[in-house]
Amino acid sequence: MTATPGEPSPVRGRIADAAALQVRDVCKVYPSPDGGEVLVLDRMSLSVRPGEMVSLLGPNGCGKSTLLRMIAGLDQPTSGDLRLGNQPITAPSAERGLMFQDPNLFPWLTVRRNIQAGLVARGVLREHRHEAEEFLRLVGLEAFADVYPHQLSGGMAQRAALARALVNRPAVLLLDEPLGALDQFTRMRMQDEVVRLWQTRGTTMVLVTHDIDEAIYMSDRIALMTPRPGRIDRLIDITMPRPRQRTSPQFLELRTAILEMLNFAGGAKDGSA
Amino acid sequence: MAGKTHTTDAATQNRESHPVTLSAGQLATASNDTGYVDCGRPLVAVVAPMVAAVAACLIHVFIPNGQNLEPTWMDPISVWQQPYPIVLQGLFLVSLFLALLHWQCLPARPWVRYYAPLLAGAMFLFGVDDLLSQKLAWLPWPFFPGPGMVLGCSIEDCGIIFSSTWHSLLLLVSGYVVGVCMGVLTGVLIGWFPSIRYWGMPLLKVIGPLPATAMVPAVMMLSNDSFIPATALIGFAVWFPVTMLTSSGMSNVRLSYLDVARTLGAGEWYLIFRVAIPSALPTIFIGLFMGLGVSFLTLIGAEAVGVPGGLGNYIKAQQSSMEYTKMYGAWLVTAVLFSGLITCLFRTRDWVLNWQKGVIKW
Repeated sequence: MTATPGEPSPVRGRIADAAALQVRDVCKVYPSPDGGEVLVLDRMSLSVRPGEMVSLLGPNGCGKSTLLRMIAGLDQPTSGDLRLGNQPITAPSAERGLMFQDPNLFPWLTVRRNIQAGLVARGVLREHRHEAEEFLRLVGLEAFADVYPHQLSGGMAQRAALARALVNRPAVLLLDEPLGALDQFTRMRMQDEVVRLWQTRGTTMVLVTHDIDEAIYMSDRIALMTPRPGRIDRLIDITMPRPRQRTSPQFLELRTAILEMLNFAGGAKDGSA
Repeated sequence: MAGKTHTTDAATQNRESHPVTLSAGQLATASNDTGYVDCGRPLVAVVAPMVAAVAACLIHVFIPNGQNLEPTWMDPISVWQQPYPIVLQGLFLVSLFLALLHWQCLPARPWVRYYAPLLAGAMFLFGVDDLLSQKLAWLPWPFFPGPGMVLGCSIEDCGIIFSSTWHSLLLLVSGYVVGVCMGVLTGVLIGWFPSIRYWGMPLLKVIGPLPATAMVPAVMMLSNDSFIPATALIGFAVWFPVTMLTSSGMSNVRLSYLDVARTLGAGEWYLIFRVAIPSALPTIFIGLFMGLGVSFLTLIGAEAVGVPGGLGNYIKAQQSSMEYTKMYGAWLVTAVLFSGLITCLFRTRDWVLNWQKGVIKW
């Protein structure tokens, strides 16, 4: 069930070394407010296979979001190496989509124009206009196409953000706690939605979350992370068939196992990892 | 239960609305679902303008003049046919029409109820002004002429006032447009590019606050034709606030918008024109509003100090020749003109920023 970081786990019917995304020995150091330095990520390694959904699960401050920003190309690692396919990641690009906890829809654009934003930015709106319409339909927002973001509910805004992130058909979609701000019911519905889109599109997804149920429900693999400095504690393969049952014994068993790994099973006074 | 309480309230309101009094304190304001503020007593609201028009007219016609007026072109005309009473009679007809509209046309009711008290208030002020100045002479002639004298004497000069207004408007608009274009351009450059910010900001801080009117004498020496230097002067005055607010808006773009745009494949051009500028627009419009205020100041100041022609010049000239009636007339025209321009700006803003919620009302 576990594997050492960086070492590809056995794969079901896929070629193990054709990693879509390679993170190798990445360290990230930030200056701390008192003038010193904080090691946020310590020689972190991870490889994600094409079409895989990997969750980064861990408490706040373990560098999950930092890692995601580096994969997106928005931050540079202090040392180490990030690659998509054979290309080193140096700058943001349309092939690595990013979605935040805050939908960050452009408030001055309607839902339709928000979803079209990626096409406009790449200068291909004329040829690919129909794709924006397709994603508008896929996330069920046709009726709200000409509405401005402040008129949307949290769940609708997040669906629009998902469509916007997918419209460029990125090779990798990075999700930074995308459902964290939603209520429990909306969140579970959105999890289904994301899984459905992932299955139909085959996009590789990296999901940052601190919701254990969400990680088990959605991902092929969970990377458990330790806080300060962040590194991958263990990788958990989830072989449960889809669609998954949140109430199945397997699910609950896995949940218990992860809680125990994180020392949150309860009853224990000892907090050491 | 709730329904019963409601009807009782309505009945009480109706009963209270019967005694028609013009006391302002009784015009309690309350909001209704039409979006117009309703003053609560429909009968008062609808009758008030007619009462105010009649009262103002009677004050002007029947109370003898207390001020020792100079002769004017109006003296041979019967007092009923002088401009001010004619205007009041016209306003009475308008009030009557509004009352009929309120009675007959249901959709116009909230609108009438909203505007009728304002109309009444305006005429009430005219009447009070008339009493204090021309009629009771508590305010001395010629410094405080009544509305009758202001209107009558200004009509005499209406050709000059009109051409002055046109002159001022042309100068103002051209100066404002130049200032806004330059301001937005430099604001975007300073706000977006750190190297330009480094050199531009200190320059802006030193020369920006310099009052444009202080440069009138120097600017007037540059050219015989006054239009271009005056345009430049107003443009400079407008440029400073517009640049400041634009650059502030540009440099305060939410970073996550830029991050999202970058991961969508956006280049520098998209980031500036499709993310930073739209998100800075609310701040830019504050700059445009401040710039408009400064442009009024500079225009009137410059015209009064040296630039020939225009309303500022006219006001200065009338003041020098003790023609205070015409000076007040020009004031009124200036106020209406400037208020109209601000309204235009706010309409434009509402149209451009229709995506925003909760904006300042004008």
